[in-house]
Order: sequence, then C-alpha cells, then structure tokens
Amino acid sequence: MLTYIIRRTLYMLPLLLIVSLISFSLIKILPGDFLTRARLNPQITEETLQRQIDRFGLDRPFIVQYWFWLKSIVTRGDFGMSFDTKMPVFKTLFMGNRLQWTVFIALSTLFLQYLFAIPIGIYSATHQYKPSDHIVTFFGFLGLSIPNFFFALLVLWLLVVVFKVGNYGLSVAGVMDMRYYGTPLTWGKIVNVLWHMWPVWLVIGTSGMAGLIRLMRGNLLDTLSLPYVQTARAKGLKETVVVYKHAVRNAINPLVTILGLSLPTLVSGSIVTAIILNLPTVGLSYFNALQRQDENVVMAGLLFFSLFLLLGNLIADFMLAWVDPRIRYD
Amino acid sequence: MARLSRKKQKAQRQMEEQGYISRSQGQMIWQAFRRHRVGNVGTIIVLLFFVVAIFAQFIGPYHYSRQFRKHSFSPPTTVHWRDDDGSLSRPYVYATERKIDLTTYRVTYVEDTSKKYYVRFFVSGGSEHRLLGFTATVHLFAARADDGSEAELFVLGTDRLGRDMFTRCLVGSWVSLAVGPLVILISFPLGILLGGVSGYYGGGVDMFIQRACEVMLAIPGLPILMAMGAALRGFGLSAMMVFFGVILALAIISWGGLARIIRGQVLAIREMDFVTAARAAGAHDLRIVLRHIIPNVTSYLVVAATLTIPGMMLTEAALSFLGYGIQEPMTSWGQLLNAATNVGSIELHPWILIPGAFIVVAVLAFNFMGDALRDAVDPYSIM
Repeated sequence: MLTYIIRRTLYMLPLLLIVSLISFSLIKILPGDFLTRARLNPQITEETLQRQIDRFGLDRPFIVQYWFWLKSIVTRGDFGMSFDTKMPVFKTLFMGNRLQWTVFIALSTLFLQYLFAIPIGIYSATHQYKPSDHIVTFFGFLGLSIPNFFFALLVLWLLVVVFKVGNYGLSVAGVMDMRYYGTPLTWGKIVNVLWHMWPVWLVIGTSGMAGLIRLMRGNLLDTLSLPYVQTARAKGLKETVVVYKHAVRNAINPLVTILGLSLPTLVSGSIVTAIILNLPTVGLSYFNALQRQDENVVMAGLLFFSLFLLLGNLIADFMLAWVDPRIRYD
Repeated sequence: MARLSRKKQKAQRQMEEQGYISRSQGQMIWQAFRRHRVGNVGTIIVLLFFVVAIFAQFIGPYHYSRQFRKHSFSPPTTVHWRDDDGSLSRPYVYATERKIDLTTYRVTYVEDTSKKYYVRFFVSGGSEHRLLGFTATVHLFAARADDGSEAELFVLGTDRLGRDMFTRCLVGSWVSLAVGPLVILISFPLGILLGGVSGYYGGGVDMFIQRACEVMLAIPGLPILMAMGAALRGFGLSAMMVFFGVILALAIISWGGLARIIRGQVLAIREMDFVTAARAAGAHDLRIVLRHIIPNVTSYLVVAATLTIPGMMLTEAALSFLGYGIQEPMTSWGQLLNAATNVGSIELHPWILIPGAFIVVAVLAFNFMGDALRDAVDPYSIM
C-alpha cells in the first residue's frame, strides 16, 4: 500500500511538468509583449526589469525561457514577479489567506453536499416513483442546470434588491463584513462569516447535488434488490434496520470513492461564483491576473489548479483502495 | 421506431394472434423512452428551441443588432388587454417616451396614451432576414396603429444600446444550442478513434494514448479555457473565428474522458466470441471495429452525447459571461448576461437577467432528454 501511494504521488510530477509546458506555451503565444508594457510602467525600474530578464531569459528563445522558468521554480521555488502587483507571484496568487479560503470553501461545500445528498438519495430510493421522489429528482436536476454565475447573480439580486438586506445592516458579497477583517475569532465574526457563506454554499453546492443524489439512489436500489437484504427482511428485521444497517452501508461505498473527484470541480466551479460574490479565492486572483495579462501569475494559477485536480484524483484512488479491499495496489 | 418489412410484419401479427408479443430492440427503446414522461417533455422543449432558433429572425420583431437610440434600457413594453372603459379589447400597446427625473436622474419610460397600436401578426415591411432560403420582411408580430404607423414593442425590454432583448435571446439561442453539438462533432470522433485504437491494439500505442489522456484529464478545464479565450480575444480575430476557436478549445479539452471509457468498452468487447468468430472468418481490423465493436457502444455514445451537450452549454455560457467566449457582434445567452455583471445594473434593469432563464430551461430540457435516453437504451432493465 505504501509503495502504491508513493508511486501514485510521484506519477503526478511528470503530469504536472507537461501541464506546465502546455500552460507556458499558451501564455507565450498570447499577443502583447510583457516587457514592452513593463517598460512603459514608470513604477518598474530598469534595474528590476533587467533582473527579471536575466533571471527568466526573457530575451532568449521560447524553449530557453521555459527552461529558465522551470529551473527557477524547481531550484528556488520562485515563480517570478507579478507585473501587476510588483510582488512575488506566490504572494499575489495567495494574498490575504486566499489559499486557506479556497480550501475552506471547497471542503465545506463538499461536506455539506454529502450531508444533504446522502439522506436525500436514501429517501428518494426508499420512496421510488412516489411524487416526492420525482420532486427531489426535479430539484436536483434544476440545481445541475442553473449556471453557477446566473444562480449567484439571482441570489445577489434577491438579497439586495428584493429583500433589501442592506436595510437590516447586512452586506452580501465577500466572506465577512469589512470590519471583521484581521480581528480575532469571536462569535460575532463566526455568525457574520456564516451569513456570507450560505449563498456560496447554495450556489456552488447545488450544481453537484443531482449527480450525488442519483448515485446514492441508484446504488441503494441495486443493493436493496440483493438476496442478503431479502434475507434480512425474512428474518423479521425492522425496515429501518434493513435499510440503514444492511443496505446503506454497502451502497455508500462509491460515493466515498468519488469524493476526491468532486474537489477540483468545486474549485473551478467556484471561480465564477468568486468573481460575482467577490470571494477571496485563488480563482479570483487568477481571473484578475488574466484580465491584466499578468502572465507569471496566470501560469502559476494554471499549475495550482492542475495540482488541485491531481490531488483530488489521488485522494479518489486512495479512497478506492482503502474502501474496497479487492483493489490490487501493485 | 424501426421500420419492419412486410414479411416480418406478417410474422409478427401471427405471433401476436397466438398470444406472443414481439418487439424489436428499437421498438423497446422507443417504448421505454415514451414511459419517461419528464424526458418526453424535455425532448419536446429541446425540439421547440431548435425550431425557434431557426426562425429567430422571423419571430423576433426587429433585426437583432438594430439600436433604438431613444430606448436604451427600456423595460418590457406593457401589452394592454382592456379598453379605457374596462372592456376586453384586442391587445394593444402605447408608444413610450423617455423621461428623466431631474432630481434623481432616474430614467423612466412614459406611455403616450393618445394613440393605440394594435398587436398584429404576420406583418410584412419589417427588417430583412433570410427565411427558408428567401429574403423576407415578414415578422411574426408588430404593433401598428390603424393608420399604419408603428410603435416599438419590446417583449423582454432592451439593452444598453437599445437593442431588442427578445430578438437577441432568440438569435443568441442559435449559438448557445450549436455549441454542444458542434463540440461533439469534433471531440467524439477524436475520442472514439483514439479510445478505439488504444483498446483494440493495446501495447505501445495503448500506453502512449493513455498517457496523453491522463495529461488531458490533468488540465483544469475552466481556467485553461479562460486563458485560451483570452488568447483568441487578443489576436483580434473576427467573431466567427472566435466562435469556432471556442468550440475547438472545448473539444480539445474534452475528448480525454470519452477516450478512456471507449477504450474500456473495446477492451471488453474485443475478447467476446463474436469478435473471435469475425476474425476467424477473415474480417480485417477496420471491419471488425466498424461493424462489430462500434455498434455495441452506439447506445452508450448517443446517451453520452446527449448528456455532454448541457455541460458544454453551461461552460460556454460561463466563458461568454466572463468575456472569454462569444464576442460581439455574435451573441449567445451567456454573452447577453455579460451586461449583468454588477448588482447596480441589475437593480435598475432587472430584465437583463432574462437570458439566464433561457439557459436554465434549455439545459434542464437537455438533461431530462438525456436521462430518458439513458433509461431507454437498456430496455431489458426493470423500470
């Protein structure tokens, strides 16, 4: 098992390398030379510029530039400087706890999705073809079909224009009120964060619910038709015991294994939501960098998302191996 | 439904007389599909959307880029059903005029109630458009007074430049609906070919293609599409080229998953007896793949295609909304929502959110259609 984990983890490196080459080429074919624009910017001194040129070989051919860029990342962990903020790329991408917020939003949404999807899926399966089953399925599909950005706009419009929450001293965008930034953790702050987070959870969470509900429902229906469930019923066990103790335990396995796979979708789904609801996430940094053609930050951002994706896949593989003992590791 | 030859029909009738019911695979799929009520409604809505998209310029009263300079951000025109004395009347509208409140600088549109403009159908003399290959000036409806003068009728209001949102939504549906099928037209052959070759031949080819798939699956979808969109935009291409660029970009990043699944299916089917039999009979590789293996995955492909379309529509909408997808003068539902990026604008002109409703309904309909198809292609399962 340990060798399996190590091998799978190491396998991420060549993949990341190729993704880095792809994103590097993509950014380099973008029209508009960054050096020309940086020269026009009076805030960037000729000295700083020259240092960047020397370090990243910006006056050299494409493949040499890629080599310099890669070498700088591997040997010094240096992704270069942001031409927009004049700070190191890492600071720009992750400024103000953006990494933590990104991870927090992804994990909390994931948790809530499972918290709701599993009971709803069980309910849906045990009430198969009843009106309530159809209603649940319909709402699941509705959540799947609403574009995240449109849902976010709708929630924003409802809260601000229709319910006029501003009149009650409540603000909507961001993850907390301005006055709570940088203050120690208090109950007031937690409540404030929760108030700001529920639209985020609603918007991002609903888009993946339908898939989870369907999966849970389908698995449970399959399991409920197996002979051992029939045996349990024949023994005279209560229906709740049959469902929850015998069937659900087996039906839940596939959901556990795809847990890692939903993580990256949550992160990229949250990019659009973050832009509209002004959430301090890496997605927002990425969008801003793209808007300002801040090439170093864009490349680092692409690598970050790719890493997140691969980590999600990795977690899924581990979960599968852990939950199902029949999987061979070698 | 599968057409049966006369001989077969006769045989079937004889069977039924003896109390047997025989159904072909196609008939069973069709029956299972018909049982899925919501899926049927979804299919009808999808077909309706395509019909509306084809006749967009006819159903919409104005040319989609005509600017009514005096009617910027005009709200939907009120259609009146009752006369001044309260009795029912033919539907009519009033001409509106822009008034600016000099204290708040809020723009309102005031009705001029001196003249009624009745809503008439199949009116000619409007903007020119192509209809079934002909140039026509006839539109589904227009508001005209008895003396022939015309008033503006904006069913869903206008945008910043005073363009009719209703027409733009209909015309935009063309792009929004075309994106999914066009992406599939590229990504499916690519995925089927690479997945098929990978599964059928195995060995070094398989190894190479599978590593390529893994790279494709390691690329973060939306972020890379945004970067590609920025590149397309930066090159100063025409709107049509950007449209094809977006489709190509979507196709390039989406074939990996399909290729993997096709590979798995081919790998399993390759070992089946009928393939061995075909090989023993001297069939060459291409024939085996095309005549024996592909038909076995067709039903899966149809379902996968139907369920891929709504995802593509959502991605295109998000890209266009962010400004990295469809560019002016072309338009799509997501691109129309691009005007609704800040809450202040939505507060003053809530009707600019309406294109979002088109997205939701179309994507929902596609999802239900795909769901019904998925249940139907396996007609032997107990429903």
